[in-house]
Amino acid sequence: MEPFTRVTGPAFSLDEDNIDTDVIYPARFLTITAREGLGAYAFADRKLDLGGAPVLVAGANFGCGSSREQAVWALLGAGVRCVIAPGFGEIFASNCLRNGVLPVVLDRETVEGLHRSAQAGNVFTVDLHGCTVQAGEAAPVGFAIPEPQRQALLNGWDETASILARDGEAIEAFEARQRQTQPWLWR
Amino acid sequence: MGGTLYDKLWDAHIVRPGENGEDLLYIDRQLVHEVSSPQAFRALGEAGRGLRRPETHLAVADHAVPTRGRDGAPTDPVAAAQVAELEANARDFGVRYHALTGEGHGIVHVIGPEQGFTLPGITLVCGDSHTTTHGAFGALAFGIGASECGTVMASQCLVQKRAKTMRVELVGTLPGWVSAKDVALALIARIGADGARGFAVEYAGPAIAAMDMAGRMTLCNMTIEAGSRIGLVAPDDVTFAYLEGRPGTPKGVDWDKAVRHWKGLASDSDAEFDRIETLDVSALDPHVTWGTSPDQGAPVGEHVPDPALAATGERDRIVRALAYMGLEPGMKLFEIAIDRVFIGSCTNSRIEDLRIAARVATGRTVSPGVRAMVVPGSAATRAQAEAEGLADIFRAAGFEWRDAGCSMCVAMNDDRLAPGERCASTSNRNFEGRQGQGGRTHLMSPASAAAAAITGHIADVRTLMGQG
Repeated sequence: MEPFTRVTGPAFSLDEDNIDTDVIYPARFLTITAREGLGAYAFADRKLDLGGAPVLVAGANFGCGSSREQAVWALLGAGVRCVIAPGFGEIFASNCLRNGVLPVVLDRETVEGLHRSAQAGNVFTVDLHGCTVQAGEAAPVGFAIPEPQRQALLNGWDETASILARDGEAIEAFEARQRQTQPWLWR
Repeated sequence: MGGTLYDKLWDAHIVRPGENGEDLLYIDRQLVHEVSSPQAFRALGEAGRGLRRPETHLAVADHAVPTRGRDGAPTDPVAAAQVAELEANARDFGVRYHALTGEGHGIVHVIGPEQGFTLPGITLVCGDSHTTTHGAFGALAFGIGASECGTVMASQCLVQKRAKTMRVELVGTLPGWVSAKDVALALIARIGADGARGFAVEYAGPAIAAMDMAGRMTLCNMTIEAGSRIGLVAPDDVTFAYLEGRPGTPKGVDWDKAVRHWKGLASDSDAEFDRIETLDVSALDPHVTWGTSPDQGAPVGEHVPDPALAATGERDRIVRALAYMGLEPGMKLFEIAIDRVFIGSCTNSRIEDLRIAARVATGRTVSPGVRAMVVPGSAATRAQAEAEGLADIFRAAGFEWRDAGCSMCVAMNDDRLAPGERCASTSNRNFEGRQGQGGRTHLMSPASAAAAAITGHIADVRTLMGQG
């Protein structure tokens, strides 16, 4: 995946809680099997034009509902590399991390300030080296992200390749154990 | 201190412990469907990888398939190509596939249990958020994205973060015509659409012990609508009785060994949960939703909320939801007239759901102007419903009787609402546009949906059945 180090540009404000993945990517486009070229369908029924903003400032529980990774691919296709919210649907956040999109969780009050700043047209810079969000001239805000996820994003690591390269022996050992303890799973 | 069922299942699947509770877990089984798998299979092909254990995957097309005219492929050429791609991938990668016309066809979350593919004690994933359903068997089952589907195919593993634990204690006895769906809607209304986020939920208590597997599956299925990826019920004799003799379940000596193992899959009496919610179901009323999020629901005798009376943080949400839903503050839920009825989905399309809806439909007719459909969850459920005479009851009452599939829960095929149409639905999501662009969804139980079909508006099924 595309590494994430730092993005700079305008931010789009979508100040509404519980925006689900059906709103981000309506189901009728799910018959498309490609991952690329989905940007045009992002928020299709809300008719939102993100204007190529690399940062999306969202509400609580953003990306709840369906596990469709198309929601992330559509945002990515529309140019979004970072979503900032008070919280995310868990599967959505997990999908972001596997596509070089950075989900940033900040407290509601801070996010409210970032909404106002985005609406005022300020330029945002999100830096994953220092783990900061800077909006306009305001002081940078720090955010937390687990170190393994940070490293994967910074380096653009592919999870499948990492597991296969590192954990082959551990997987075989697990399987040998399970054959003994739960043989019915191996018939 | 004892352990919770969740922690026991988790610990039993750790391949390599990681930092911050992010462990590498072994994944025993995966259900594969046409929407979240093509990208994963392609990634495998491009990397020149195969499936580590093809026999642990089961593929079926359910989301985009037509529910009538089952003899042919979908008429939508894009959907037809998607289904064809799944068939080809299953063949090329050696994965078992249930064809559209076969006896094993159905919605992933219905056929998994039906075929005995879902078993207690396993980890089971699927590129679908409603994979929570399988937790009803005491399996650690969760929805994942397409990239993770590919990781499981190649490595049989996933890195996951251990959740906190929540026990939902259901005490009392469910009253007549009140079901697991009503429990789920009441619980979600109480704790919120993200109320269980970060938690693995275990359902327990007398009302769970008394609940059949279909009800437990409905509850676990809806757990994702409270933001949790995991719903669990400890396996018991009800579970074992459901599973015994199904095609995929262990046989003979294996069965006895497995049941002995499965009986140990329960939270210890002194297990500590991070959070406990208790719900007395004895006085529970049927619930329906009025808004565009599953937590915007109320007992059927209540009113549409008035945003002016709501807490500040909730006001905007309610205003937006009512505008989309075309509802007036303060109107009675009973006054809401409906255009369509959908009985189906991985939440409520099992034989038990169809039986209760058929009881309501028996000797009655669908209200003029209402279009109602019943979409069984699987070919096997459909055949059983026909053998039991339920299909005849539905047809006689004026319901359309369809082939199995996700249908109007996700509206990827041609079963969808027109803009502005209002639907009484047994599915799981009332999101904007979920059942078709501009469509309006009211979630409810199969009994309530059947009552809405008969009366033409949201109704208390108990009144219709003379028990209110």
